[in-house]
Amino acid sequence: MRTCTASGIGLVFFLSFLFLPSRGAPVENDVHKKYLVPPPPFSEGIFPCSQCHQGMPVNRTPRKLEMMHQDIVLHHMPDGWCFDCHNPDNRDTLRLANGKLVKFEESYNLCGQCHGIILREWKAGLHGKRSGMWNGEKQYLLCVHCHWPHDPEFKPITPMPPPVMPSDIK
Amino acid sequence: MEQNEQKNNGLNRRTFLQGAALGLASLALPFDRADASFWESFFQKHFREMNEAEIKNVLSRLEREYEEKYKKAIKIGNEKAMPGVLFGYGLDLSRCIGCRRCVYGCVEENNQSLDPQIHWITVLRFKKGEKWVDLENAEKYYNPEKVPQDEYFYMPVQCQQCENPPCVRACPTQATWKDPDGIVVIDYNWCIGCRYCMAACPYGARRFNWGTPNRPAEKINPKTHYLGNRPRYRGVVEKCTFCIQRTRKEPGRYPACVEACPVGARKFGNLLDPTSEIRYAIEHKRVFRLKEDLNTSPKFYYFFAYGK
Repeated sequence: MRTCTASGIGLVFFLSFLFLPSRGAPVENDVHKKYLVPPPPFSEGIFPCSQCHQGMPVNRTPRKLEMMHQDIVLHHMPDGWCFDCHNPDNRDTLRLANGKLVKFEESYNLCGQCHGIILREWKAGLHGKRSGMWNGEKQYLLCVHCHWPHDPEFKPITPMPPPVMPSDIK
Repeated sequence: MEQNEQKNNGLNRRTFLQGAALGLASLALPFDRADASFWESFFQKHFREMNEAEIKNVLSRLEREYEEKYKKAIKIGNEKAMPGVLFGYGLDLSRCIGCRRCVYGCVEENNQSLDPQIHWITVLRFKKGEKWVDLENAEKYYNPEKVPQDEYFYMPVQCQQCENPPCVRACPTQATWKDPDGIVVIDYNWCIGCRYCMAACPYGARRFNWGTPNRPAEKINPKTHYLGNRPRYRGVVEKCTFCIQRTRKEPGRYPACVEACPVGARKFGNLLDPTSEIRYAIEHKRVFRLKEDLNTSPKFYYFFAYGK
Protein backbone atom coordinates (compact mmCIF):
# COMPACT_ATOMS: atom_id res chain seq x y z
CA MET A 1 0.00 0.00 0.00
CA ARG A 2 2.69 2.39 1.12
CA THR A 3 4.97 1.48 -1.75
CA CYS A 4 2.08 2.01 -4.08
CA THR A 5 1.58 5.60 -2.83
CA ALA A 6 5.30 6.22 -2.94
CA SER A 7 5.61 4.99 -6.46
CA GLY A 8 2.55 7.10 -7.35
CA ILE A 9 4.24 10.19 -5.99
CA GLY A 10 7.39 9.21 -7.81
CA LEU A 11 5.48 8.89 -11.04
CA VAL A 12 3.94 12.33 -10.58
CA PHE A 13 7.41 13.75 -9.97
CA PHE A 14 8.72 12.04 -13.04
CA LEU A 15 5.83 13.23 -15.16
CA SER A 16 6.18 16.80 -13.91
CA PHE A 17 9.87 16.78 -14.85
CA LEU A 18 8.88 15.42 -18.19
CA PHE A 19 6.33 18.15 -18.85
CA LEU A 20 7.69 21.25 -17.12
CA PRO A 21 10.51 22.04 -19.55
CA SER A 22 8.29 21.51 -22.56
CA ARG A 23 5.73 23.90 -21.06
CA GLY A 24 8.47 26.38 -20.21
CA ALA A 25 10.02 26.52 -23.66
CA PRO A 26 7.46 28.53 -25.71
CA VAL A 27 6.98 31.18 -22.99
CA GLU A 28 8.98 33.75 -24.92
CA ASN A 29 6.69 33.36 -27.91
CA ASP A 30 3.59 33.62 -25.70
CA VAL A 31 4.86 36.89 -24.28
CA HIS A 32 4.96 38.39 -27.74
CA LYS A 33 1.60 36.98 -28.72
CA LYS A 34 0.05 38.58 -25.66
CA TYR A 35 0.44 42.08 -27.07
CA LEU A 36 -1.83 42.48 -30.03
CA VAL A 37 -0.39 45.33 -32.08
CA PRO A 38 -1.26 46.70 -35.51
CA PRO A 39 1.50 46.60 -38.15
CA PRO A 40 4.29 49.18 -37.70
CA PRO A 41 3.52 52.59 -39.29
CA PHE A 42 6.05 52.45 -42.12
CA SER A 43 6.07 55.22 -44.72
CA GLU A 44 4.55 54.10 -48.02
CA GLY A 45 6.75 51.61 -49.89
CA ILE A 46 9.74 51.89 -47.54
CA PHE A 47 9.59 48.34 -46.17
CA PRO A 48 11.28 45.89 -46.65
CA CYS A 49 14.42 48.00 -46.36
CA SER A 50 16.40 45.27 -48.12
CA GLN A 51 14.72 46.15 -51.43
CA CYS A 52 17.26 49.01 -51.70
CA HIS A 53 19.90 48.07 -49.15
CA GLN A 54 20.43 44.55 -50.50
CA GLY A 55 23.97 44.35 -51.84
CA MET A 56 24.72 48.00 -51.02
CA PRO A 57 28.08 48.48 -49.29
CA VAL A 58 27.68 49.28 -45.59
CA ASN A 59 29.21 52.57 -44.49
CA ARG A 60 29.43 52.43 -40.72
CA THR A 61 30.87 55.90 -40.12
CA PRO A 62 28.45 58.36 -38.53
CA ARG A 63 27.81 61.16 -41.03
CA LYS A 64 25.17 63.49 -42.37
CA LEU A 65 22.97 61.58 -44.83
CA GLU A 66 22.79 63.19 -48.28
CA MET A 67 21.48 60.60 -50.74
CA MET A 68 18.43 59.28 -48.88
CA HIS A 69 16.62 59.67 -45.56
CA GLN A 70 17.61 63.34 -45.28
CA ASP A 71 14.28 63.97 -43.54
CA ILE A 72 15.48 61.94 -40.57
CA VAL A 73 17.15 64.28 -38.11
CA LEU A 74 17.86 62.43 -34.95
CA HIS A 75 16.42 64.20 -31.89
CA HIS A 76 16.59 61.23 -29.63
CA MET A 77 19.87 60.08 -28.15
CA PRO A 78 22.70 62.61 -28.09
CA ASP A 79 25.32 61.45 -30.61
CA GLY A 80 23.04 58.64 -31.68
CA TRP A 81 23.58 56.90 -34.99
CA CYS A 82 21.45 54.62 -37.23
CA PHE A 83 23.19 51.41 -36.22
CA ASP A 84 22.49 51.92 -32.53
CA CYS A 85 19.10 50.43 -33.37
CA HIS A 86 19.11 49.34 -37.04
CA ASN A 87 20.94 46.20 -38.04
CA PRO A 88 23.66 46.96 -40.66
CA ASP A 89 23.81 43.32 -41.75
CA ASN A 90 20.09 42.92 -42.39
CA ARG A 91 18.10 46.16 -42.59
CA ASP A 92 14.79 44.36 -42.21
CA THR A 93 15.49 43.78 -38.54
CA LEU A 94 16.45 45.87 -35.57
CA ARG A 95 19.34 45.05 -33.29
CA LEU A 96 19.52 45.25 -29.51
CA ALA A 97 22.67 46.42 -27.73
CA ASN A 98 23.44 42.82 -26.83
CA GLY A 99 23.39 41.78 -30.48
CA LYS A 100 20.00 40.06 -30.42
CA LEU A 101 17.83 40.79 -33.43
CA VAL A 102 14.20 41.91 -33.11
CA LYS A 103 11.50 42.29 -35.71
CA PHE A 104 9.91 45.67 -36.36
CA GLU A 105 6.67 44.21 -35.01
CA GLU A 106 8.36 43.74 -31.62
CA SER A 107 10.26 47.01 -31.55
CA TYR A 108 9.03 47.70 -28.01
CA ASN A 109 11.82 45.41 -26.81
CA LEU A 110 14.30 47.76 -28.44
CA CYS A 111 12.80 50.87 -26.81
CA GLY A 112 12.63 49.01 -23.50
CA GLN A 113 16.43 48.75 -23.35
CA CYS A 114 16.54 52.32 -22.06
CA HIS A 115 12.89 52.95 -21.17
CA GLY A 116 12.49 49.90 -18.96
CA ILE A 117 9.92 51.33 -16.57
CA ILE A 118 7.82 52.57 -19.46
CA LEU A 119 7.98 49.13 -21.09
CA ARG A 120 6.86 47.50 -17.85
CA GLU A 121 3.93 49.90 -17.58
CA TRP A 122 3.08 49.46 -21.25
CA LYS A 123 2.85 45.72 -20.69
CA ALA A 124 0.66 46.27 -17.64
CA GLY A 125 -1.63 48.42 -19.80
CA LEU A 126 -0.81 51.68 -18.06
CA HIS A 127 1.42 53.47 -20.56
CA GLY A 128 -0.09 54.11 -23.94
CA LYS A 129 -3.46 53.86 -25.48
CA ARG A 130 -5.57 50.75 -25.14
CA SER A 131 -8.59 49.91 -27.25
CA GLY A 132 -10.67 46.79 -27.81
CA MET A 133 -12.25 44.92 -24.93
CA TRP A 134 -11.74 45.79 -21.26
CA ASN A 135 -12.37 42.15 -20.30
CA GLY A 136 -11.24 40.52 -23.53
CA GLU A 137 -8.77 41.03 -26.32
CA LYS A 138 -6.98 44.34 -25.90
CA GLN A 139 -5.49 46.20 -28.82
CA TYR A 140 -2.05 47.60 -27.96
CA LEU A 141 -0.08 50.10 -29.97
CA LEU A 142 3.66 49.98 -30.67
CA CYS A 143 5.75 52.79 -29.15
CA VAL A 144 6.35 54.07 -32.67
CA HIS A 145 2.63 54.54 -33.39
CA CYS A 146 2.66 57.60 -31.10
CA HIS A 147 6.38 58.44 -30.86
CA TRP A 148 8.30 58.83 -34.09
CA PRO A 149 11.46 57.00 -33.02
CA HIS A 150 13.86 59.54 -34.52
CA ASP A 151 12.15 62.42 -32.67
CA PRO A 152 9.98 60.75 -30.07
CA GLU A 153 8.52 63.67 -28.16
CA PHE A 154 4.72 63.91 -28.51
CA LYS A 155 3.94 67.00 -30.60
CA PRO A 156 1.25 69.55 -29.54
CA ILE A 157 -2.08 69.20 -31.36
CA THR A 158 -5.04 71.46 -32.05
CA PRO A 159 -7.75 71.17 -29.40
CA MET A 160 -11.39 70.50 -30.25
CA PRO A 161 -13.73 73.52 -29.82
CA PRO A 162 -14.64 74.63 -26.29
CA PRO A 163 -18.23 74.27 -25.04
CA VAL A 164 -20.73 77.01 -25.87
CA MET A 165 -20.60 79.82 -23.31
CA PRO A 166 -23.89 80.58 -21.56
CA SER A 167 -23.72 84.14 -22.95
CA ASP A 168 -23.69 82.75 -26.51
CA ILE A 169 -26.87 80.68 -26.10
CA LYS A 170 -29.74 82.20 -28.04
CA MET B 1 -82.25 76.35 8.47
CA GLU B 2 -78.86 76.52 6.71
CA GLN B 3 -78.52 72.74 6.70
CA ASN B 4 -81.84 72.42 4.98
CA GLU B 5 -80.81 74.80 2.25
CA GLN B 6 -77.65 72.80 1.60
CA LYS B 7 -79.63 69.60 1.33
CA ASN B 8 -81.93 71.21 -1.13
CA ASN B 9 -79.05 72.34 -3.30
CA GLY B 10 -77.33 68.99 -3.11
CA LEU B 11 -74.05 70.87 -3.38
CA ASN B 12 -72.00 72.24 -0.54
CA ARG B 13 -68.76 74.14 -0.69
CA ARG B 14 -66.62 71.05 -0.14
CA THR B 15 -68.14 68.84 -2.83
CA PHE B 16 -68.11 71.77 -5.23
CA LEU B 17 -64.37 72.30 -4.73
CA GLN B 18 -63.68 68.60 -5.00
CA GLY B 19 -65.58 68.38 -8.24
CA ALA B 20 -63.94 71.48 -9.63
CA ALA B 21 -60.49 70.14 -8.79
CA LEU B 22 -61.22 66.80 -10.46
CA GLY B 23 -62.61 68.53 -13.51
CA LEU B 24 -59.58 70.78 -13.85
CA ALA B 25 -57.25 67.84 -13.38
CA SER B 26 -59.02 65.92 -16.09
CA LEU B 27 -58.69 68.92 -18.39
CA ALA B 28 -54.93 68.78 -17.91
CA LEU B 29 -54.83 65.16 -19.06
CA PRO B 30 -54.43 64.97 -22.82
CA PHE B 31 -57.38 62.74 -23.67
CA ASP B 32 -56.89 63.61 -27.30
CA ARG B 33 -53.72 61.49 -27.23
CA ALA B 34 -55.54 58.34 -28.18
CA ASP B 35 -52.41 56.31 -29.01
CA ALA B 36 -51.78 53.44 -26.66
CA SER B 37 -48.08 54.13 -26.22
CA PHE B 38 -48.82 57.42 -24.43
CA TRP B 39 -50.98 55.73 -21.84
CA GLU B 40 -48.55 52.85 -21.55
CA SER B 41 -45.74 55.22 -20.74
CA PHE B 42 -48.07 57.12 -18.38
CA PHE B 43 -48.67 53.97 -16.34
CA GLN B 44 -45.13 52.55 -16.67
CA LYS B 45 -43.86 51.07 -13.42
CA HIS B 46 -40.55 51.87 -11.77
CA PHE B 47 -37.74 50.17 -13.69
CA ARG B 48 -36.56 48.08 -10.79
CA GLU B 49 -40.07 46.91 -9.95
CA MET B 50 -40.77 45.54 -13.41
CA ASN B 51 -40.31 41.91 -14.30
CA GLU B 52 -38.56 40.77 -17.47
CA ALA B 53 -41.75 40.64 -19.53
CA GLU B 54 -42.78 44.14 -18.50
CA ILE B 55 -39.31 45.49 -19.28
CA LYS B 56 -39.46 43.81 -22.68
CA ASN B 57 -42.78 45.52 -23.36
CA VAL B 58 -41.36 48.90 -22.39
CA LEU B 59 -38.28 48.41 -24.55
CA SER B 60 -40.29 47.41 -27.62
CA ARG B 61 -42.65 50.36 -27.09
CA LEU B 62 -39.69 52.75 -26.86
CA GLU B 63 -38.05 51.20 -29.92
CA ARG B 64 -41.30 51.81 -31.80
CA GLU B 65 -41.43 55.41 -30.64
CA TYR B 66 -37.81 56.07 -31.59
CA GLU B 67 -38.23 54.44 -34.97
CA GLU B 68 -41.22 56.67 -35.64
CA LYS B 69 -39.27 59.73 -34.60
CA TYR B 70 -35.88 59.05 -36.21
CA LYS B 71 -37.04 56.82 -39.11
CA LYS B 72 -34.36 54.27 -38.31
CA ALA B 73 -34.09 51.19 -36.12
CA ILE B 74 -32.67 51.90 -32.69
CA LYS B 75 -31.82 48.93 -30.51
CA ILE B 76 -32.36 49.43 -26.77
CA GLY B 77 -30.45 47.00 -24.61
CA ASN B 78 -31.07 46.08 -21.01
CA GLU B 79 -27.86 44.36 -19.91
CA LYS B 80 -27.77 43.80 -16.16
CA ALA B 81 -24.70 44.42 -14.01
CA MET B 82 -22.26 41.51 -14.27
CA PRO B 83 -21.39 39.65 -11.06
CA GLY B 84 -17.89 40.19 -9.72
CA VAL B 85 -17.49 43.49 -11.54
CA LEU B 86 -17.03 46.92 -10.00
CA PHE B 87 -16.10 49.45 -12.63
CA GLY B 88 -13.32 51.91 -11.97
CA TYR B 89 -11.77 54.64 -14.06
CA GLY B 90 -8.30 56.11 -14.03
CA LEU B 91 -7.12 59.36 -15.53
CA ASP B 92 -3.43 60.12 -15.85
CA LEU B 93 -3.02 63.85 -15.19
CA SER B 94 0.66 63.71 -16.12
CA ARG B 95 -0.33 62.73 -19.68
CA CYS B 96 -3.59 64.60 -20.39
CA ILE B 97 -2.98 67.35 -22.93
CA GLY B 98 -6.45 68.93 -22.79
CA CYS B 99 -7.30 68.29 -26.46
CA ARG B 100 -11.02 67.51 -25.75
CA ARG B 101 -11.04 64.46 -28.05
CA CYS B 102 -12.76 62.59 -25.20
CA VAL B 103 -15.56 65.18 -24.97
CA TYR B 104 -16.57 64.74 -28.59
CA GLY B 105 -15.96 60.99 -28.63
CA CYS B 106 -18.47 60.80 -25.80
CA VAL B 107 -21.01 62.96 -27.65
CA GLU B 108 -20.84 60.71 -30.72
CA GLU B 109 -21.28 57.54 -28.71
CA ASN B 110 -23.91 58.69 -26.25
CA ASN B 111 -26.33 60.65 -28.47
CA GLN B 112 -26.08 63.96 -26.65
CA SER B 113 -28.02 66.92 -27.99
CA LEU B 114 -25.96 69.05 -30.38
CA ASP B 115 -28.01 72.23 -30.12
CA PRO B 116 -28.70 72.96 -27.27
CA GLN B 117 -25.25 71.60 -26.67
CA ILE B 118 -24.70 68.93 -24.00
CA HIS B 119 -21.28 67.58 -23.04
CA TRP B 120 -20.87 64.97 -20.34
CA ILE B 121 -17.14 65.67 -19.96
CA THR B 122 -15.71 69.05 -18.97
CA VAL B 123 -11.99 69.57 -19.40
CA LEU B 124 -10.64 72.08 -16.87
CA ARG B 125 -7.43 74.01 -17.36
CA PHE B 126 -5.30 75.01 -14.38
CA LYS B 127 -2.28 77.23 -14.20
CA LYS B 128 0.80 75.39 -13.04
CA GLY B 129 2.33 76.44 -9.76
CA GLU B 130 -0.85 77.90 -8.28
CA LYS B 131 -2.97 76.46 -5.49
CA TRP B 132 -3.39 72.78 -6.34
CA VAL B 133 -6.72 72.03 -8.07
CA ASP B 134 -8.20 75.46 -7.57
CA LEU B 135 -11.58 74.56 -9.01
CA GLU B 136 -13.01 78.07 -8.62
CA ASN B 137 -10.34 79.51 -10.89
CA ALA B 138 -10.22 76.67 -13.37
CA GLU B 139 -11.07 77.50 -16.95
CA LYS B 140 -13.15 75.38 -19.29
CA TYR B 141 -13.48 77.68 -22.32
CA TYR B 142 -9.75 77.78 -23.15
CA ASN B 143 -9.06 77.70 -26.88
CA PRO B 144 -5.39 78.07 -27.84
CA GLU B 145 -3.83 77.18 -31.19
CA LYS B 146 -2.11 74.10 -29.79
CA VAL B 147 -2.29 72.06 -26.63
CA PRO B 148 -0.65 71.29 -24.28
CA GLN B 149 0.63 74.73 -23.29
CA ASP B 150 3.72 74.81 -21.13
CA GLU B 151 2.25 76.85 -18.31
CA TYR B 152 -0.99 74.87 -17.85
CA PHE B 153 -2.20 71.43 -16.95
CA TYR B 154 -5.58 69.88 -17.69
CA MET B 155 -8.12 67.82 -15.77
CA PRO B 156 -11.20 66.30 -17.40
CA VAL B 157 -14.17 65.94 -15.05
CA GLN B 158 -17.19 63.72 -15.62
CA CYS B 159 -19.48 61.62 -13.44
CA GLN B 160 -17.27 60.13 -10.73
CA GLN B 161 -19.61 57.14 -10.17
CA CYS B 162 -19.50 57.60 -6.39
CA GLU B 163 -19.91 54.62 -4.12
CA ASN B 164 -21.84 56.97 -1.86
CA PRO B 165 -23.65 59.14 -4.41
CA PRO B 166 -25.32 62.28 -3.02
CA CYS B 167 -27.38 62.65 -6.21
CA VAL B 168 -29.16 59.36 -5.57
CA ARG B 169 -30.23 60.42 -2.09
CA ALA B 170 -31.49 63.74 -3.39
CA CYS B 171 -33.80 62.26 -6.03
CA PRO B 172 -37.44 62.45 -4.87
CA THR B 173 -38.72 59.88 -7.38
CA GLN B 174 -35.88 57.32 -7.21
CA ALA B 175 -35.30 57.88 -10.90
CA THR B 176 -31.54 57.54 -10.33
CA TRP B 177 -29.74 54.79 -8.47
CA LYS B 178 -26.45 52.93 -8.18
CA ASP B 179 -26.33 49.52 -9.85
CA PRO B 180 -24.31 46.62 -8.35
CA ASP B 181 -21.40 47.19 -10.77
CA GLY B 182 -21.07 50.71 -9.38
CA ILE B 183 -22.58 52.67 -12.26
CA VAL B 184 -25.01 55.41 -11.22
CA VAL B 185 -27.83 55.30 -13.76
CA ILE B 186 -30.89 57.41 -14.61
CA ASP B 187 -34.28 56.24 -15.85
CA TYR B 188 -35.25 59.05 -18.23
CA ASN B 189 -38.87 57.94 -18.09
CA TRP B 190 -39.01 58.44 -14.33
CA CYS B 191 -37.00 61.64 -14.06
CA ILE B 192 -39.33 64.57 -13.35
CA GLY B 193 -36.67 67.19 -14.05
CA CYS B 194 -36.55 68.75 -10.57
CA ARG B 195 -32.71 68.94 -10.80
CA TYR B 196 -32.25 68.23 -7.10
CA CYS B 197 -29.56 65.70 -8.11
CA MET B 198 -27.69 68.40 -9.99
CA ALA B 199 -27.68 70.58 -6.90
CA ALA B 200 -26.49 67.63 -4.82
CA CYS B 201 -23.64 66.58 -7.14
CA PRO B 202 -20.35 68.12 -5.93
CA TYR B 203 -18.70 67.53 -9.32
CA GLY B 204 -21.14 69.32 -11.61
CA ALA B 205 -21.36 66.12 -13.61
CA ARG B 206 -25.09 66.08 -14.39
CA ARG B 207 -26.64 67.85 -17.37
CA PHE B 208 -30.21 69.03 -17.88
CA ASN B 209 -32.16 69.03 -21.14
CA TRP B 210 -33.48 72.59 -21.01
CA GLY B 211 -34.75 72.27 -24.54
CA THR B 212 -35.82 69.39 -26.74
CA PRO B 213 -32.68 67.34 -27.46
CA ASN B 214 -31.69 68.00 -31.02
CA ARG B 215 -29.63 65.45 -32.88
CA PRO B 216 -30.03 64.55 -36.55
CA ALA B 217 -31.20 60.99 -37.14
CA GLU B 218 -28.13 60.08 -39.19
CA LYS B 219 -25.92 60.96 -36.23
CA ILE B 220 -27.85 58.80 -33.76
CA ASN B 221 -25.87 55.83 -32.49
CA PRO B 222 -28.41 52.99 -32.78
CA LYS B 223 -26.71 50.72 -30.22
CA THR B 224 -28.21 51.95 -26.97
CA HIS B 225 -29.03 50.93 -23.44
CA TYR B 226 -32.23 51.79 -21.55
CA LEU B 227 -30.23 53.34 -18.70
CA GLY B 228 -27.57 54.81 -20.96
CA ASN B 229 -27.38 56.48 -24.33
CA ARG B 230 -30.92 56.06 -25.70
CA PRO B 231 -32.30 59.39 -26.98
CA ARG B 232 -33.45 61.61 -24.12
CA TYR B 233 -36.45 63.88 -23.62
CA ARG B 234 -36.82 67.54 -22.80
CA GLY B 235 -36.79 68.13 -19.05
CA VAL B 236 -34.70 65.15 -17.93
CA VAL B 237 -31.24 64.92 -16.41
CA GLU B 238 -28.43 62.90 -18.01
CA LYS B 239 -24.78 62.11 -17.31
CA CYS B 240 -21.86 59.76 -17.96
CA THR B 241 -22.63 56.06 -17.46
CA PHE B 242 -19.13 54.63 -18.24
CA CYS B 243 -20.69 53.79 -21.66
CA ILE B 244 -22.97 51.19 -20.09
CA GLN B 245 -24.08 50.02 -23.55
CA ARG B 246 -20.46 49.06 -24.38
CA THR B 247 -19.01 47.93 -21.09
CA ARG B 248 -21.76 45.68 -19.72
CA LYS B 249 -20.93 42.90 -22.12
CA GLU B 250 -18.80 39.78 -22.15
CA PRO B 251 -16.46 40.77 -23.73
CA GLY B 252 -17.23 44.48 -23.44
CA ARG B 253 -15.61 47.33 -25.26
CA TYR B 254 -13.76 50.18 -23.57
CA PRO B 255 -15.76 53.39 -23.06
CA ALA B 256 -15.69 55.81 -25.99
CA CYS B 257 -13.55 58.37 -24.14
CA VAL B 258 -10.84 55.74 -23.49
CA GLU B 259 -10.70 54.98 -27.20
CA ALA B 260 -10.77 58.65 -28.17
CA CYS B 261 -7.84 59.73 -26.00
CA PRO B 262 -4.76 60.20 -28.25
CA VAL B 263 -2.25 60.04 -25.39
CA GLY B 264 -3.63 57.04 -23.53
CA ALA B 265 -4.34 59.02 -20.37
CA ARG B 266 -7.63 57.24 -19.72
CA LYS B 267 -7.74 53.83 -18.08
CA PHE B 268 -10.74 51.65 -17.43
CA GLY B 269 -11.33 48.29 -15.85
CA ASN B 270 -12.65 46.11 -13.09
CA LEU B 271 -11.61 47.21 -9.61
CA LEU B 272 -12.13 43.66 -8.33
CA ASP B 273 -9.68 42.19 -10.87
CA PRO B 274 -6.11 42.42 -9.49
CA THR B 275 -4.64 42.19 -13.01
CA SER B 276 -6.59 45.11 -14.47
CA GLU B 277 -4.75 48.26 -15.51
CA ILE B 278 -6.84 50.39 -13.16
CA ARG B 279 -5.65 48.28 -10.20
CA TYR B 280 -2.05 48.62 -11.44
CA ALA B 281 -2.44 52.40 -11.46
CA ILE B 282 -3.95 52.50 -7.98
CA GLU B 283 -1.31 50.21 -6.51
CA HIS B 284 1.77 51.73 -8.16
CA LYS B 285 1.09 55.42 -8.71
CA ARG B 286 0.27 58.60 -6.83
CA VAL B 287 -3.52 58.60 -6.83
CA PHE B 288 -6.19 60.97 -5.62
CA ARG B 289 -9.93 61.28 -5.92
CA LEU B 290 -11.68 64.56 -6.43
CA LYS B 291 -13.16 66.15 -3.28
CA GLU B 292 -12.38 63.05 -1.27
CA ASP B 293 -13.23 64.93 1.94
CA LEU B 294 -16.94 64.87 1.03
CA ASN B 295 -17.01 61.11 1.63
CA THR B 296 -18.63 60.45 -1.73
CA SER B 297 -15.98 57.78 -2.41
CA PRO B 298 -15.70 58.18 -6.20
CA LYS B 299 -14.60 55.30 -8.41
CA PHE B 300 -12.82 57.77 -10.67
CA TYR B 301 -9.12 57.89 -9.82
CA TYR B 302 -6.79 60.65 -10.95
CA PHE B 303 -3.17 59.59 -10.98
CA PHE B 304 0.30 60.61 -12.10
CA ALA B 305 2.15 57.99 -14.11
CA TYR B 306 5.38 59.93 -13.95
CA GLY B 307 6.53 62.80 -11.83
CA LYS B 308 7.14 66.17 -13.42
